[in-house]
Amino acid sequence: MKAPWLYISLRICGAIACSILLLGCKQGASEAAGIPPQKMADALHAVVEADRIVYTRNVVNRLTIDEKVIKASEHWQDDQALPLPAQMFRMGAEMVTEKNVGFTYSLLSLWPVNKQNKAKTKLEQEGLKFVADHPEKNFYGEEKLGNTMYYTAVYPDKAVAPACIECHNNHKDTPRKDFKLGDVMGGVVIRIPVR
Amino acid sequence: MTRRVRSALWALWLAGTAGLTVYLGLTMTKGEGAQVFLPGTTSHGHYQIETKCHVCHTPMLGVKQEACLKCHAAELEAANDAHPTKKFTDPRNADRIAALDARLCVTCHREHVPDLTRPIGVTMPVDYCFSCHANIGDERPSHVGLAFQTCGTAGCHNFHDNRALYEDFLVQHAAEPDLAESPVTPLRDFARRDLQEHLDRQRHLTVAAHNGPRHRRYDPQLLAEWADTAHARAGINCLDCHSDTATGQTWVEHPTHAMCATCHRVETDDFLGGHHGMRLAQELSPMTPAQARIPMKPDVAHRQLTCTACHSAHAFDTRNAAVEACMTIHDDAHTRAYVHALQYRQGQQEVAGTATAGTGVSCATCHLPREVHRKGGTQWISVQHNQNDNLRPNDKMIRSVCRHCHGLRFSIDALADPALVGNNFRGQASHHIASIDWALQRVKTEQPKAREEK
Repeated sequence: MKAPWLYISLRICGAIACSILLLGCKQGASEAAGIPPQKMADALHAVVEADRIVYTRNVVNRLTIDEKVIKASEHWQDDQALPLPAQMFRMGAEMVTEKNVGFTYSLLSLWPVNKQNKAKTKLEQEGLKFVADHPEKNFYGEEKLGNTMYYTAVYPDKAVAPACIECHNNHKDTPRKDFKLGDVMGGVVIRIPVR
Repeated sequence: MTRRVRSALWALWLAGTAGLTVYLGLTMTKGEGAQVFLPGTTSHGHYQIETKCHVCHTPMLGVKQEACLKCHAAELEAANDAHPTKKFTDPRNADRIAALDARLCVTCHREHVPDLTRPIGVTMPVDYCFSCHANIGDERPSHVGLAFQTCGTAGCHNFHDNRALYEDFLVQHAAEPDLAESPVTPLRDFARRDLQEHLDRQRHLTVAAHNGPRHRRYDPQLLAEWADTAHARAGINCLDCHSDTATGQTWVEHPTHAMCATCHRVETDDFLGGHHGMRLAQELSPMTPAQARIPMKPDVAHRQLTCTACHSAHAFDTRNAAVEACMTIHDDAHTRAYVHALQYRQGQQEVAGTATAGTGVSCATCHLPREVHRKGGTQWISVQHNQNDNLRPNDKMIRSVCRHCHGLRFSIDALADPALVGNNFRGQASHHIASIDWALQRVKTEQPKAREEK
């Protein structure tokens, strides 16, 4: 070949162009096929919140307060009682975490009975304060925990039944004793690793 | 150096290397020989199986977390583990994991480091609680100023099992008397359950009804012992234990624990999970007293620990298994003191029939406790055959043993006194553990409304 440099240059340019094109296609396909973190978190929260409300209202509140046929207890095994709604929530969250399916969730509060459930990270504190001040809104942000960046969503968790406020207002470990029905008592925090 | 000498040295080195490689390779695969690879003395909990490297280690000598869980997951779950792995896998605990990675058993329980190993195989410095609970005084004024090493050593907290130590439990049982009004342990009910499950089986067999092959000769003493057992009463005949339908063997001279497990599955599994049976569980030769690290009687040093070591074959006398079988072998201060203790006399009275069933206290009463199970609306009682299940920390005994007869306050104090444990509880605890008092005080100050309602 008389001009190998021209041939080589054309091959290199062609390769670069194809790479850029393929990369663009891949990113485009990924964005088109993927679910945005906020949408994913909102969907997960819808399921979690529904289960939580159903258990609190239709199981715990009905059986312990309306019909008074069984107690709900923090020590539900020893006391042969129903697990508290917060425990029910945590047991499910821990089971999901064990499955390592790409997200985690927890129930936290600015006024936790169990001090392990108080806000720890800066974003948790900010988010819980926001949903407490804005009961009809959610809070979204990103935070780095360990070496991973997370998309973190905080949703208001409200007192949906008399059982909620009766327990929290009278517990010996509660830092707040004036909850009313409908008050934001804490927040559901959902985390999705993004980077 | 001539070329010939150099070649000879090379050949010698190659031959030596090849020989050593073969030797070490064979040693690694030949059970007990693998000890040459041990990097340090193995802990009390695992030394019996230390030659089975692959049970715990990956081929590249990492530690398999699942190996720990294979043996210990069930007991941790039963203990309602206060620090399960799942609590630490939430990303919000990333900072805690950086300080103390509680997701992995080996963070606190390293092996082959005898200089660092403390009781229960803990190798962490004693201030590990402070990694996460340094500010406990903010929540519990009673804890302000407590020494950092006292969380787990003062009779108050365990890392995993706090079933008898949590605050509400302390409050609930604070007023119990030292000795219960009717101290009695649950009565075994295996025979009752067996009867219900095998209604068609012929029962109350006599020597004449034995079904061993007729061409064999039998020791009349053995036959008489069998005919006097719960086995004969329940219709368990010679071939039920001495033949193996799985392998087609028509006569098995010495049935193993696998045969016992045919009917006693739970008991056998428990036995294999403790120090008595853990070698058998790994298909090693049975444990012998000679291999023990605690004092044993030298005249029985080579007795093999199988089911029949305690439940002598054919006689299967559970009363013998509950006391004499232990005392024939163990030779520590606690065991020797037993025959001088009130518990021993109570046990003898029950055996003699002069005391109510369940009121005697044998070795097995505390170390192989009778456990009450409930499921599907029914209740049954089994004997826990893993004597290590409630042994350490010893306050694990409170729920499974002590509370049948004693109050919680008395039990906590007694178990926290090493001298009292050593002399088999002759006397009173020398020191009172304040945990119940603190729990009561907190309820009194923090929950006036709830108390008024009661």
